Amino acid sequence: MGSYNYLGFAENNADFLKTVADKVQRYGAGVCSTRQEIGNLNMHQELEQLVAHFLGVESSMIFGMGFATNSMNIPALVGKGCLIVSDELNHTSLILGARLSGATIRVFKHNNMHSLEKLLREAVCSGQPRTRRPWKKILIMVEGIYSMEGSVARLPEIIALKKKYKAYLYLDEAHSIGAVGPSGRGVTELFNVSPADVDVMMGTFTKSFGAAGGYIAGKKDLVDYLRSHSHSAVYASAMSPPITEQVTRAMKCIMGQDGSMEGIRRIRQLAENTRYFRAKLKDMGFIIYGDDDSPVVPVLLYMPGKVVAFAREMLERRIGVVVVGFPATPITEARARFCLSASHTREILDQVLHHMNEVGDLLCLKFSRRKRSSWPDPCKGTNSEVDS
Amino acid sequence: MRRLFYSRGDASCSLSSYRLTAEEKTRRFPLAETPLLFAFPPAGRMNFKNMREYLAWLYYQYLLITGIYVLEPWEKSIFNSVLFSAIAMVVYTSYVFVPIHVHLALEFFFENFGGQPESTMALMN
Repeated sequence: MGSYNYLGFAENNADFLKTVADKVQRYGAGVCSTRQEIGNLNMHQELEQLVAHFLGVESSMIFGMGFATNSMNIPALVGKGCLIVSDELNHTSLILGARLSGATIRVFKHNNMHSLEKLLREAVCSGQPRTRRPWKKILIMVEGIYSMEGSVARLPEIIALKKKYKAYLYLDEAHSIGAVGPSGRGVTELFNVSPADVDVMMGTFTKSFGAAGGYIAGKKDLVDYLRSHSHSAVYASAMSPPITEQVTRAMKCIMGQDGSMEGIRRIRQLAENTRYFRAKLKDMGFIIYGDDDSPVVPVLLYMPGKVVAFAREMLERRIGVVVVGFPATPITEARARFCLSASHTREILDQVLHHMNEVGDLLCLKFSRRKRSSWPDPCKGTNSEVDS
Repeated sequence: MRRLFYSRGDASCSLSSYRLTAEEKTRRFPLAETPLLFAFPPAGRMNFKNMREYLAWLYYQYLLITGIYVLEPWEKSIFNSVLFSAIAMVVYTSYVFVPIHVHLALEFFFENFGGQPESTMALMN
């Protein structure tokens, strides 16, 4: 229950992977060169056009590594004299890219629009730290879905703020592309926001597409600039052919271009699984973070000892879970993170929920104090402790 | 002790959900009859067959909450022996000194009826 396989494309099915195997035979396992030298293949350009069409933007560029997409492209976009306003809980790749760029970094509280507005207002009014000159650029960095919280960024409000204070928005859709939205186009579709409002859309192919690598999409000028000025574009080797083929196949399946309803079926299955699982866990009494639409479900365990015990107990019941502790989360908020997938059936989820119930009772993990609606059991320990 | 549980359970149930259907009322009792269920660690829906299992579960909760569950067995025994000796010292000290302290405190605050007859005679003289 812990893999990032949101749409189930990481399946090991020989039929579906025929084209990928074919590409390995034709082009080999790797390109061994950068895009700028001899590593540019037709399929790279086709995939870039496909990604741009999928997202509804003018053009896009793909990179071989998702982490490097963030860390090597942000220094190309901002430099000294610019301001980066980033969320508290941003991923390490974003933080690394921000630090490498040499710009000033200010942090606002997670998903807190008042904090963001206050920061932007202060930045626009007082300018650069010592010289008081206006900032060259202000870049707001947020993620679509935060992987440790499962929360979704408040996109409409951020776009309103961005327009008011004339800042730029960098949206990292690593977990949300393909996984949210009625047709899998990410948080822009979830909130019904035009993709042209987001200046730099970034995402990775690691999660929903079952491949590796990342992309940056946006206006044509932006992507053309990045092609020659980004470190990753000039020095890193290009995406390898079988992976490009896997992404192309997955994306065509999601968009419905291969002629079947498979893509839409998977997206709907994922949405249904998400709703069902979250509702059931809440009813059982666990404390869960995150938005109701996000397929990332963190169940809070709080105690460091219970982290280990939970993983062991679930493994004994033959369910693999991912538990997260100190450096990735605050030390008192350890959690078990479930990632739902379109390839989970209702029986699998029911089995997991049944075992979660048992383990939750064994380890006393049902901390929630909400009135339980579906389970009429008023004499349960936690309730009587609270009320008496 | 069982009677205590029933009354406590009733009180808390009446506070937490004031509209119990007949089905819920009947469902409550099988749970109450499971031996030794008091609300201190929420052993809500676990079925313990005997005292030994319940104590083993309590020891497990203690290991989890203090965090020594993750340690090696010899580290667990060191921690347990240090904690046990500290508690034993507290118990011994309280046994020896608490009656004396309580007596002195009562004498200090309520000296009008805690004092000895000799002192009032001394005051009159």
